[in-house]
Amino acid sequence: MGAKTLLDIRNLSKEFKVSGGRTLKAVNDVSFSISEGETFGLVGESGCGKSTTGRTILQLYNATEGEIYFNGENIIKMNKKQKYALHSDMQMIFQDPYASLNPRLTVTEIISEGMDALGMYKGDKSGKYDRVLELLNKVGLKKNHANRYPHEFSGGQRQRIGIARALAVKPKFIIADEPISALDVSIQAQVVNLFQDLQEEENLTYLFIAHDLSMVKHISDRIGVMYLGKLVEVSESVELYDNPLHPYTQALLSAIPIPDPKVEHSRERIVLQGDVPSPMNPPSGCHFRTRCAHAKKECESMIPQLKEVEKGHFVACHLY
Amino acid sequence: MSKLLEIKDLYFSFDTFQGEVEAIRGINFEVNKGEVVALVGESGSGKSVTSQAIIGLNPMPPGRYKQGSINFDNKDLTSISEKEFQKIRGAEVSMIFQDPMTSLNPTMKIGTQITESLIKHQGMSKSEAKQRAIEMLGLVGIPNPDKLIYSYPHQFSGGMRQRVMIAIALACNPKLLIADEPTTALDVTIQAQIIELMKGLQDKLHTSIILITHDLGVVANIAQRVVIMYAGKIVEQGTLNEIFYESRHPYTWGLLESVPRLDSKEHGRLASIPGTPPQLIDPPKGCPFAERCEFAMKACIEEFPEETTLSSSHKVSCWLEDPAAPTVERPVQSGGHV
Repeated sequence: MGAKTLLDIRNLSKEFKVSGGRTLKAVNDVSFSISEGETFGLVGESGCGKSTTGRTILQLYNATEGEIYFNGENIIKMNKKQKYALHSDMQMIFQDPYASLNPRLTVTEIISEGMDALGMYKGDKSGKYDRVLELLNKVGLKKNHANRYPHEFSGGQRQRIGIARALAVKPKFIIADEPISALDVSIQAQVVNLFQDLQEEENLTYLFIAHDLSMVKHISDRIGVMYLGKLVEVSESVELYDNPLHPYTQALLSAIPIPDPKVEHSRERIVLQGDVPSPMNPPSGCHFRTRCAHAKKECESMIPQLKEVEKGHFVACHLY
Repeated sequence: MSKLLEIKDLYFSFDTFQGEVEAIRGINFEVNKGEVVALVGESGSGKSVTSQAIIGLNPMPPGRYKQGSINFDNKDLTSISEKEFQKIRGAEVSMIFQDPMTSLNPTMKIGTQITESLIKHQGMSKSEAKQRAIEMLGLVGIPNPDKLIYSYPHQFSGGMRQRVMIAIALACNPKLLIADEPTTALDVTIQAQIIELMKGLQDKLHTSIILITHDLGVVANIAQRVVIMYAGKIVEQGTLNEIFYESRHPYTWGLLESVPRLDSKEHGRLASIPGTPPQLIDPPKGCPFAERCEFAMKACIEEFPEETTLSSSHKVSCWLEDPAAPTVERPVQSGGHV
């Protein structure tokens, strides 16, 4: 790609203390990097740690171990004030457009909150209002929406408000945590298109977290697949779909139904047996081995490391 | 094939403080014996109200039938009493809900939840019902069913709970199973398991299924016929191939276009449908899709189009079918059709 690396995550782990003195390793030794202007998709099933990864990057959680370099600086080592200032560069868009907007604030108040917190447009009320209108226009809402409350909007429109709020502080990097999964299909396409337009206009970098692989493939340049807190495969998106290497990625891809009866009825499907094991007590060695058709003896004892198998295509599996 | 269910010119409304919400506005469709029919539409299109009308779960009041009939096995479900409905519900028509986390009773053992309907509807003794419950759990792929009938729902994962739901729904051998977004709350690998299970059971038991979903991939996998709903009306219905390859309604096109294809190479823009569905409190007089439709004409805004029959199974309601309308080609799939 040649572009400069914007975000570099090295050996990131996040543990949560659970009752009974046990710990839950939600994110376990994850490393990846995102270049400027790129969209990196993070996929996996519920409980695999993809949202925790996103939230830890944004410092909503403190990392247990590892380093996060943003623009060359290790943000984990930053003090409170520096971390606070970082939020003008990094913003988040949440999954649930119904729960993530304060129902008692008007759209203008919601969008300006971030600017107020970071001291932008201090004392320049009309300048700030103009900026709000500009943002509304950018995300496809109308001027007269500015003084309304969230309950007056549909799900898709609310998600647009959430996007406008994130864009208000002129961030470089946006973490979108399942931004479309609560929306209807025809509305999903509108929001995804908006994401792509904004990326071009504002030169944004995205971390796009989702479980809908076909949408992730559509929007992402590169994709990371997570399973039980581990990153098991990273690759360019088209390559990942054409040539999935990890048995879990293969199963995940084959599980997605394709909206075409002829293709759907003719393809062979790998149906995984059983459920995802509890992250409280993951299997030894490779976490996937209990559901893997290719599991060998060494999978039980050795944790596979992520290695580059083909150019730009990393996989953590003893088969390679 | 003989008809199991026939819905004729059904109108259903809810009376609210803001006025009458016309949730269903004149729909016609049927389900044959042993058939899987998918009901597709966005939230608020009336698909859940339709299915809940069949199983008598719409609250009445505020809901009420305005017109039409639901014929199920020679009975009109719009006019029978609640007492009669109780004999049908769970025995002849049963339902699987979207959220397996909240649709099981958390204070009851799994086994008891299955035997409940067997004892009530089929008059089985407790021990017979228990045997049947174990058999059903085995059928839906739950390991050690004879031990697990004594567990509580919280001890099960989402996929397992959905299996239990299916076991409960099928326990009395219903003629019709309504599955309301049965896999939406599940992860893809678990979704694949549940779909395989439903397909296998359908082959074995020949139950008719109405599958409510918005996932066209799931539809392509399991359904034989598809009914597309929009704003309380059926805009198009046909066999799987007719809907996916020969669809004629611009809304169907839009739905098919707005999902990115996993097997496509392109990264371009998705064809999205602009705008949002209309409010049913004051539904538009004409075609409800007209304001979002790129082919909309004057007639579309003024009057709802009559249903055009294209084949014995393929029906569409669109003014483009009118002889006076211009010929419009379905836009080429952005993902490159295979």
